[in-house]
Amino acid sequence: MNNINFLKPDKSNLNLFLILGLSLVFISIFDVFLSSFFKINATGFLPTSISFLLPLIIGFIGLHFIRIEYSGIRRLDEINKNFNNNNFNAVLSLLIVFIIIKSIPPVLSWTVIDANISGNSKEACTGDGACWTYIKVWLRRFIYGLYPNEEQWRINLSFISLLALGSVGYFATEKFKKYLTLYYVVIYPIIAFLFIFFFISGGPVFFDFSYGIIASVAAIIIGFFVPNKFKLYYFCFVPLAVYLSLNLFILPEEYVELGKLEGLNWVETGAWGGLALTFIVSFFCLIFCFPVGMALALGRRSELPFIKYISVVFIEFWRGVPLITVLFMSSVMFPMFLPEDFFLDKLVRVIIAISLFEAAYVAEVIRGGLQALPRGQYDAAKSLGMGYWKMHIFVILPQALKLVIPGIANTFLALVKDTPLILVVGLLEIAGMLQMAKTNPKWLGYSMEGYVFAAVVFWIICYAMSKYSYNLEEKYKTER
Amino acid sequence: MKFNIKKIAPQLLTLLFVILVFGFFSYNAQLNMENRGIDFGYGFLSQESSFDVQFSLIEYDGSHSYFRAYLVGLLNTILVSVIGIILATIIGVIVGIARLSSNYLIKNTAAFYVEFFRNIPLLLQIFFWYFAALRALPLPQDTESIMGVFYLTIKGLFIPAFIWENFNIFLYSIVAAVVSIVVIKNYAKRKRENEGKQIPVFLISIGLLFILPFLSFLIGGVSLSFEIPVLKKLAKTSYIYEGGVGIPPELIALTLALSLYTATFIAECVRAGIQGVGKGQKEAAASIGLNPNQILKLVVMPQALRIIIPPTTNQYLNLTKNSSLAAAIAYPDLVLVFAGTALMQTGKAIEIVSITMLTYLSLSLSISVLMNWYNKKIAIKEK
Repeated sequence: MNNINFLKPDKSNLNLFLILGLSLVFISIFDVFLSSFFKINATGFLPTSISFLLPLIIGFIGLHFIRIEYSGIRRLDEINKNFNNNNFNAVLSLLIVFIIIKSIPPVLSWTVIDANISGNSKEACTGDGACWTYIKVWLRRFIYGLYPNEEQWRINLSFISLLALGSVGYFATEKFKKYLTLYYVVIYPIIAFLFIFFFISGGPVFFDFSYGIIASVAAIIIGFFVPNKFKLYYFCFVPLAVYLSLNLFILPEEYVELGKLEGLNWVETGAWGGLALTFIVSFFCLIFCFPVGMALALGRRSELPFIKYISVVFIEFWRGVPLITVLFMSSVMFPMFLPEDFFLDKLVRVIIAISLFEAAYVAEVIRGGLQALPRGQYDAAKSLGMGYWKMHIFVILPQALKLVIPGIANTFLALVKDTPLILVVGLLEIAGMLQMAKTNPKWLGYSMEGYVFAAVVFWIICYAMSKYSYNLEEKYKTER
Repeated sequence: MKFNIKKIAPQLLTLLFVILVFGFFSYNAQLNMENRGIDFGYGFLSQESSFDVQFSLIEYDGSHSYFRAYLVGLLNTILVSVIGIILATIIGVIVGIARLSSNYLIKNTAAFYVEFFRNIPLLLQIFFWYFAALRALPLPQDTESIMGVFYLTIKGLFIPAFIWENFNIFLYSIVAAVVSIVVIKNYAKRKRENEGKQIPVFLISIGLLFILPFLSFLIGGVSLSFEIPVLKKLAKTSYIYEGGVGIPPELIALTLALSLYTATFIAECVRAGIQGVGKGQKEAAASIGLNPNQILKLVVMPQALRIIIPPTTNQYLNLTKNSSLAAAIAYPDLVLVFAGTALMQTGKAIEIVSITMLTYLSLSLSISVLMNWYNKKIAIKEK
């Protein structure tokens, strides 16, 4: 035996220090374990402050003993490196372990052991823990809002078919790959719009707008096949003319009749809600804000001074105000700006407002990507004789968008997280439904369960989205 | 100048479009207001508001004007934003550094915190703190005090109030301390650069900051006493604390949610900034004999700050804008007081919404001007 220096454990007395240290650490953790799981205070005979700190002190001394550099035992070296490389880290490690052990029993008992899920009324909840019965009873409302129960298959069917149509890209063969962009950017949004418009609503939700819009979008698509010579003139006049003529020559009552689908009841947008509304709002805002943002980003980098300054003012305005005031504007101020007999549904106004708001953020992200591209890319494209649009569509944007995938994903995540805000204008998506369920006199006092449920749902959605964007980033990463 | 149709036409079309849209909107607005008998104007700001606000930093009641109500809301918004920014920065910097810790547990706890709080909508977090967490607090009469002077109850946090005498002298002493610290810092810098002598500036500054205000107590006639909140019975079962300062639960919930949420983003900025400093920089610093603290303070942080500041500015702006979510839990901020109650009473939608938006715009602009100035100050000065 060499002489032992307890202040400086070294390799010569390895076994002694190892046994001593490990047992001290074990004692300290075991003490916390006992007091947290079995409510036994093993050191209760001591004064409160000492008994409270004792596990920490014992554990600290134990960790000090096993902190031996180059002990020759691989496990021990790893532990020392990762948890125990100095006094400060040792204390923090111990504290975190203690906090985890302390917090397991209350969390477990609240969520599982003392919780109730059986029964259909408040009386079934007898334990101290969570009352999942509340979630079970209200689940339909949280998912579908106030949408009538017997009509909910329409929402399900729409979402399933949209999901199926959206996954076409995975099964497309090489031959059809080149049409995918056109499909996702133009056709898919229109199909989705029609589904929501005819099927979920089943009635004249958007009636002042819809036919004109559909017709003018069709006119724009046709415009791509017009000979280059007339393209500019075509785009300037035809879509607008189509829209105006439809609006002027077909009376609103006829729209109403046209909008109704045989055999489906009309469900007004006020009754839409819950998770379904979250999806609808985020889906449409996502679709609309992307092209608008791209146009704004190009506008901000344009050489034409007028277009440039309009884009700058537009972007900076939306980025400077909070979403809640934008929503207020869309619900209180915007109707004042429309003709008296012009009806625009609240949901549509909200979707337009959020899209414009998020478009400003998307524009800034895309601008970052455009700025990151080296000048040579522009010069090379120009030297090949490409014009402005050809250069941007085939050379600049594909590279710039690849660069900003993480930024765009973050913006979309922010969009999804912003959707609960629409409750301030009276649209009840999941957070709004929670607020409503909370004030129901039959189910008072279960707000905690509701928030935990909604938080879990949103967390899963957002986390999945961020992981997906990470995968996308990896997939499109090209060496440059 | 060459006339180029390709350059003029798109601009003219855009201009035409913008003018058409604005003209259409303003024409309709005029027509609508005429039909409803509303007149446009900002004269209502000086009228009597006749509503109460439950929490205000300046003196306010129903007999004051709408403009004063606007000020109350604005000050409350600024209060929440400032507290939130300070707390979020502290938490964010700590978590960001912790994510780079060599300790496996610390690193993962910080990562868990970031992933957890940033993937849940802010509104839900505010609701959670306000309706679930703070509602679980005891009633005023059942509350046990923290250290004898603080009371955390369902009706808010009650803390002792400071009662100052000759407060201005105390203030002057602090100003004097700050001025002398700046002077000493400059002197020490000159000394170091010319003669190579180190002066312990930090210790001297701390000493000055304590000693000068302390002197003002001894000879300046400044005195400070505390007013400790006392339980008072309002009705048979209703109690409230009187005296001291009462912080309403709305403010607590809002600052907690805002700072915990924004801190996750700031933590990521800090992490990216520190990781962005090249490894060679640290090794070079170590090789000329700086100790780890000096490396962090003199080499890593000045370079990391340049990467950290711009995205963090964005987060500060977001926090300020997100503070408008206060309206959802009835904390009387600008949106609730002005765009909510005042709009309901006067019906002047266009004026009020535009004032509110302009206010937020100027708040955002002033924060970004301030941060840009700071960013410019610490930017690399190329020779």
